[in-house]
Amino acid sequence: MNDPLPRAAGAAAAHPAAVINLNHVYKRYPGGFEALSDVSLTIDAGEMVLITDHSGAGKSTLLKLVAAIEFASSGAVIVSGQNVAKLRPGAVPFLRRKFGIVFQDHKLLYDRNVLQNVLLPLQIAGFDTGDAVRRARAALDKVGLLSKEKAMPITLSGGEQQRACIARAVVNRPAVLLADEPTGNLDEAYGHEIIDLFAAFHRVGVTVVIATHDRLIAEQLRTRAIQLVHGRVADEH
Amino acid sequence: MKAWLRDHARATADALTRLAQTPMASGLNILVIGVALSLPAGVYLVLSQLQSFTRQLTTDPQISIFLELDADARNVESIEENLRNHPDVGNYRFIPRARALAELKRSAGLSDVLDNLKQNPLPDAFVATGVDSKPETLERLRDTAIKWPKVAHVQLDSEWARKLDATLRLGRTAILILGLLLSSALVAVTFNTIRLQILTRREEIEISKLIGATNPFVRRPFLYFGGLQGLAGGLMAWGVLSMAVLLLNRDLATLAALYSASFRIAGLRWDDAMSLLLFSALLGWLGAWLSVTRHLWRFEAR
Repeated sequence: MNDPLPRAAGAAAAHPAAVINLNHVYKRYPGGFEALSDVSLTIDAGEMVLITDHSGAGKSTLLKLVAAIEFASSGAVIVSGQNVAKLRPGAVPFLRRKFGIVFQDHKLLYDRNVLQNVLLPLQIAGFDTGDAVRRARAALDKVGLLSKEKAMPITLSGGEQQRACIARAVVNRPAVLLADEPTGNLDEAYGHEIIDLFAAFHRVGVTVVIATHDRLIAEQLRTRAIQLVHGRVADEH
Repeated sequence: MKAWLRDHARATADALTRLAQTPMASGLNILVIGVALSLPAGVYLVLSQLQSFTRQLTTDPQISIFLELDADARNVESIEENLRNHPDVGNYRFIPRARALAELKRSAGLSDVLDNLKQNPLPDAFVATGVDSKPETLERLRDTAIKWPKVAHVQLDSEWARKLDATLRLGRTAILILGLLLSSALVAVTFNTIRLQILTRREEIEISKLIGATNPFVRRPFLYFGGLQGLAGGLMAWGVLSMAVLLLNRDLATLAALYSASFRIAGLRWDDAMSLLLFSALLGWLGAWLSVTRHLWRFEAR
């Protein structure tokens, strides 16, 4: 029990509820930069986990590996029991649909209004239009943006854009919410609102993984936090 | 299944919206495609009509034996006897020069010119068919007949028609090449249009893929765009051809009246028009497919 490695190696078997399981994962980028080295961790269904990283790009990389946006250089990334590296290319989109992803830079589409942005995941999943609009409105209502559904994203404040991004992430009712620096560009008041939103989703059973360097979030949430330093797991509490 | 249909409807709507959003660019593209297609299609139209015309002519191969102008009744008689006794001759008939002139006056609309002639320029002639329709039979007959006294000239009537047919075949090969070249131009036009669209819609593609869009989902609007643009180009080509035939026939009618004859170009038949539309839509689709396949790999995970 004192040795952390056996626990991590046997994690998938020991925790049938594991949603995300990383097993000795390394990620090196061309040029030799190592964003993650020997990272092993397990996140269970319904957990809320913070991943903090003050020094490098490790936390964003970790989220990208989980969502099959990038692949690990070595080690296994297992999502709901599936090894991400062994997925057929055609299966990757369906893996991504398990996640709602909140991007640091929102990644809203500026050629369409807020409602149409939130509709996009539902169109991709093949929802019928009436159903999709109802769901999109419900998601916008949850983040408090219903009155702005016709607004173009460019006219929204930073906090509103972030909330629109969250609405898009949750509209398809994903089991896991991945957020990369969700409060990165926001002032404190907006940041609190966003964190409250994540806490609310967690309360209804969604697994929430937040990558952040924001100390305030950690203080506000008081939940499990995994600290990365130079791409290694330095502390977990 | 329903979701699949819905997605195709979405892709079609998306493609139509994008065609309509940039009317100038789409219009010019469609014009280029239309012109590129109407050229080979127009030549094909004229050639296929000439070809069916020559087919009618070549059905009955025969040989014409023209006598010299100073041939008299005795010469005619001896040639007739030669023909009667020749084993290769099936049927023959004699056309006296006076009747030949009268027939020419009646048929070709040249009566004004012919009336002004002081003497009949036409010789007496025999027209004969072979015992069978093998070309060698008539060729053998031609080689014998040319040696008979007072025979000026022997002509295989099917020969010129066959020459014309061969020329037309050459023309057909030429438009095949022209068609291939211009079709590849069509593919290139679509390829580039789609490439530009992918570049301007990079964000949308990237984000859609990040939130779980499959490759077919991303590809479909572009394929529909290419197909619809090609189809519109095909329609344009059809329109151009119909208009050209209409205008040409008006002038042709005037010209034909001057020769007291009647000749007109028929427009594109329905089945040909449908093939043209299908072909152009397929080419547009192909161009889009090549472009999308070439450019979408950028968005793959590494």
